[in-house]
Amino acid sequence: MDSQKIVRGLLIRGMLAGLAAGVLMWAFGYLFGEPHIRDAIAFEESISPPSNEAPLVSRTMQESLGLLTGTVVYAIAAGGVFALVFAAVFGRVGHARPRVTAATLGLVAFVVIVFVPFLKYPSNPPAVSLDETIGFRTRTYFVMLLLSLVAAFAALRIGRDAVKRLGTWNGTLVAVAGYVVLAGIASVLMPAVKEMPEGFSPELLYSFRLSTLGTHAVLYATLGLGFGALAERWISQVRPAAAGTYRTSSLSAGAPHS
Amino acid sequence: MSDTTFTPELEAPSVPLMPLSDLIPYALLTALLAIILFYFVGAEEGATSVFPGMTMHEWVHDARHLLGFPCH
Ligand SMILES: [Zn+2]
Repeated sequence: MDSQKIVRGLLIRGMLAGLAAGVLMWAFGYLFGEPHIRDAIAFEESISPPSNEAPLVSRTMQESLGLLTGTVVYAIAAGGVFALVFAAVFGRVGHARPRVTAATLGLVAFVVIVFVPFLKYPSNPPAVSLDETIGFRTRTYFVMLLLSLVAAFAALRIGRDAVKRLGTWNGTLVAVAGYVVLAGIASVLMPAVKEMPEGFSPELLYSFRLSTLGTHAVLYATLGLGFGALAERWISQVRPAAAGTYRTSSLSAGAPHS
Repeated sequence: MSDTTFTPELEAPSVPLMPLSDLIPYALLTALLAIILFYFVGAEEGATSVFPGMTMHEWVHDARHLLGFPCH
């Protein structure tokens, strides 16, 4: 089976899982994120009354189709990248079956792409940040994201050697520790952003930030589990030789076979 | 998690799907497209602009805040 066909199949499945994830992220965001955005905008308008001009895009549109566009586009792109990273790591990093590989990758991606940059630069609802620092905040955020990715890549290299010398469990622990140390150093070295208007509700800030983590959790759970199921079926289909070694249906998945 | 990862029935033989060199053209194209899409959702008409005006920014504004990108 030529690899072109396998990659294309995985890519399509990654983007399909991404599409589903984007719709679910919208539903989650609409239910659990938008109420806090509304409250934050109400606070913003109470401290600086809005201009009388009609907004370019109405609030109703921003919450519905606007948010949906954002989550779907973001999730399809994430799904495509996820599928290619899966294609590269499957059978190379660890020996787990496709579903387990994808679920692990989902967890790792959530930590590296979302959680660690978030610890340094957490999300903010409208009204919290200063307009004049947007350039600085954009640069620092993307640099932190990049440093987290570099730390993860370095940890992978460290882990490959460590697994050979110390075995799978201890080698993996060394890799995780390597990532934590490198990302921690990056986080300490990056400049802090401390912007908070007087009187902004800490409870609102906390709930909003939690909804950010929840929205990304929906994405990586859907990619990790949904794409994982699709990828496992696809690989068994195009690699009949491998199909005998792991089953794809949920009923037989737990049954021992060798 | 690790307990289940190493259960024998969850293991598959370690066979890479394909040589990494076969992945490179797909990886480059996907990365390029994804970066463009992430940019328009996360950053366009904020610190930098490709298109004039603020319509794109406002259209995806709530996603930008919710996903954790810097905004206002
Ligand atoms: Zn904003």
